[in-house]
Amino acid sequence: MAHGPAKGISRWLFTTNHKDIGTLYLWFSFLMFLLGGFFAMVVRAELFQPGMQLIKPEFFNQMTTMHGLVMVFGAIMPAFVGLANWMIPMMIGAPDMALPRMNNLSFWILPFAFAILVATLFMEGGGPNFGWTFYAPLSTTYAPDTVNYFIFAVHIMGASSIMGSINIIATIMNMRAPGMTYMKMPLFVWTWLITAFLLVAVMPVLAGAVTMMLMDINFGTSFFNAAGGGDPVLFQHVFWFFGHPEVYIIILPAFGVVSQIIPTFSRKPLFGYSSMVYATAAIAFLSFVVWAHHMFTVGMPIAGELYFMYATMLIAVPTGVKVFNWITTMYRGALTFETPMLFSIAFVILFTFGGFTGLMLSVAAADIQYHDTYFVVAHFHYVMVAGAVFSGTAAVYYWLPKWCGKMYNETMGKIQFWIAFIAFNITFMPQHFLGLAGMPRRYADYGLQFADWNMVSSIGAFMYGGAQLLFLFNVVRTITHGQPVSDAKVWEGADGLEWLVATPAPYHTFIKPPVISAGVEGPEWRVDAPAPAMAFKTAPEAG
Amino acid sequence: MSKRARALFCSPLTTAILTAAAGGVSASTDGGMGNLNMVRGVTEVSQVAYDVHMLMMWICTVIGVVVFGFMFYVMYAHRKSRGVEAANFHEHLGVEIAWTVVPALILIFMAIPATSALLKVYDTDNADIDIKVTGYQWKWQYEYLGEGVKYMSELRTSLDEVYGRVPKGEHYLREVTEPLVIPVNKKVRFLITGNDVIHSWWVPDFGVKRDAVPGLFTAAWARVNTPGMYVGECTELCGIGHAFMPVVVEVKSEEDYSVWLADKKEQAAVYASTVGKQWSPQELMEKGQQVYMRSCAGCHQPDGNGIAGVFPAVNGSAIVNGPIDGHIGILINGVAGSAMQSFADQLSEVDLAAVIHYKRNAWDNAVGDVVQPIDILNFKNAQ
Repeated sequence: MAHGPAKGISRWLFTTNHKDIGTLYLWFSFLMFLLGGFFAMVVRAELFQPGMQLIKPEFFNQMTTMHGLVMVFGAIMPAFVGLANWMIPMMIGAPDMALPRMNNLSFWILPFAFAILVATLFMEGGGPNFGWTFYAPLSTTYAPDTVNYFIFAVHIMGASSIMGSINIIATIMNMRAPGMTYMKMPLFVWTWLITAFLLVAVMPVLAGAVTMMLMDINFGTSFFNAAGGGDPVLFQHVFWFFGHPEVYIIILPAFGVVSQIIPTFSRKPLFGYSSMVYATAAIAFLSFVVWAHHMFTVGMPIAGELYFMYATMLIAVPTGVKVFNWITTMYRGALTFETPMLFSIAFVILFTFGGFTGLMLSVAAADIQYHDTYFVVAHFHYVMVAGAVFSGTAAVYYWLPKWCGKMYNETMGKIQFWIAFIAFNITFMPQHFLGLAGMPRRYADYGLQFADWNMVSSIGAFMYGGAQLLFLFNVVRTITHGQPVSDAKVWEGADGLEWLVATPAPYHTFIKPPVISAGVEGPEWRVDAPAPAMAFKTAPEAG
Repeated sequence: MSKRARALFCSPLTTAILTAAAGGVSASTDGGMGNLNMVRGVTEVSQVAYDVHMLMMWICTVIGVVVFGFMFYVMYAHRKSRGVEAANFHEHLGVEIAWTVVPALILIFMAIPATSALLKVYDTDNADIDIKVTGYQWKWQYEYLGEGVKYMSELRTSLDEVYGRVPKGEHYLREVTEPLVIPVNKKVRFLITGNDVIHSWWVPDFGVKRDAVPGLFTAAWARVNTPGMYVGECTELCGIGHAFMPVVVEVKSEEDYSVWLADKKEQAAVYASTVGKQWSPQELMEKGQQVYMRSCAGCHQPDGNGIAGVFPAVNGSAIVNGPIDGHIGILINGVAGSAMQSFADQLSEVDLAAVIHYKRNAWDNAVGDVVQPIDILNFKNAQ
């Protein structure tokens, strides 16, 4: 039967507990977030003024590439997998993930992948220097030899993601408590279910792309080598067939988080639950059929451009539905503005702003001017940082009391929010101007006409970096010195199974499943009989 | 009061204070605080792109004001601290259908100008002049098809400016050895391709941005109505020189263009007749150093030591210090499967001879032989 955590390091190495593995994922992703952030600081420091001051262009390219790779694959994705591990079993009334040993494996191969990736920076030839999109032939024929380590690392990350998502799918499909029908699942669970399917579908495509690279580099094939009859554009099609769904893999769980938090602090059920589910599914479907909007300048036939333009514009419809639902959830609620709510509201505003620039980017004729400029950089940081990172931060503040039984310092949380919010906009708003005025992305150096806004952007970036240290401090301080919380519900307006278990959440929850009342769909369902075993405390059981 | 505030914000002084406070660019330089929007440009394509950009921006702005306005109203009016009670509704089929259908209609309204703008971009037929644009690491080659005129266009800004050893000039990173020249009011078609990795040829004022993909030709066009100098950039990451291969296009009146083209043809003819000239070692070293700094130092570094693991050293290299034919062969044919490209098409025989002579006799290398342009020509003909 169930027992408590093992002692010492073996607790973390051999754990099959979803909460432990969730914790590992979250700390790992935060470490990667700081590392990727450090790379970004190097980039912004070099771009503080025109001219090369601190580093050489060669190293600059390694920094932009590593920043992208580490943030996308090391920080954002594992952060949401960590949240999924912690929350999905507790939200659907399951005792653990369906495949706990695979869960352990899928986490523990990740540190090796990133150790390999980061180690290339110290090898002869340096790290990957071809951008996080690693377009061939720059990443094949013209790449440093260390590209083979990069390929290996990507393979490991892919394997980790695929195992993680299979686990999530198996858990959600098989381990829901009696009465927890699909249309009663919290939206975070729904968005993750759909995300997991996206991951299972596209990570093998990424693996295929890097394997073709491997063959081109080492075994004389010519998939992407024009001189051998191959096609560099093929690489872009394959990459973006992975890459565009990847964007939604990152943002859908963020949608889920925000859909949990806004109702709590509005003290009102989520508006349009079922349309939220359908909109998520629609976005996921559309994400598969719009990939070439990243390639409007590659010289596609006009029929292709028109199709990808129309399909891309269509994404605005389900995304709009989501934004309207969040705002209507707030409408006539009783709002309070604790830190998770502040981050969630900022998410809605700034993500929508990124959506607007996304809509502008979808117009192919204008995209020809925007493409590969800082306008694009600004756009995707509005959706990635103000989207995924803000919602991840909101999630940590929201569930931290449940995880560790301590309340974070609200004042410090709010200070962090306002610094992050203001600094984020100082960093990335000017990048729209830079892009429109003609500054291409991935430039180690630039003409004097771009000097002022680059300096403003760099100052904002340093401030934003500082806000993350405050975040780290607040979380550590909460764990060590936080005010104890014992209320199972924690937040006045909280609703859902995770708020029925004791605070802090016991090592094992829902050993006996709760029973959910039949008949009521959507956010209005109620638990009939909270299972007694939920109150199981952390004390290890003999034997 | 408000007048003073406005004066502070609008004054160019603010810019100067900000840059000076941060120890930045000299105050006399226009750092571009006022560059906020896309250029409207000087071609039909750039103008339709600008117009559809502005249309989209205003539509998004209006939607944003309405949506965020409502959101801010909610955040103000429905705060718990005002003593409101939360309602409990969570569905309304009517509004949910409305906010699905209305955005869809707005999108259809947007799609119409977006489509007609794109049709304009693709209208590449019936060109008056065809120019082949080839992206190289890290320069552009322009070839006037059917005219026998072909030349490289490379960054003119010196490394000393880049690394801050001398003050940056007014046209920092926006100057090239020789701009592309086209006539006004003629339909010019650009046939764009890449030689090594993917580059992208962008002139914002023309609304032309096309990837230069090895093994693929794509077409773009421009009919420019205003003579002048137009500056653009490479916009696809292409290695360490990505930021250092600007595009400069000079648009001349038709008469000036004809004169220029005739001149270029004459130069080509004169040049062909001087390949046989004997060059002194000093002349070769001087010319060779210029060519080396322009075309080789980007990878092999100004000191000839390369970058370990990426770009091999030429200083002390076995090939450079070996038999002359091997050295010429590498420059003429490149090295398959590596970043070392063929320079046969990029550099003239004179440049090739000079740079080979320079490499064999610079730094620690002291082969001592003399390479003449005619040797290069003979090598090429023998192949």
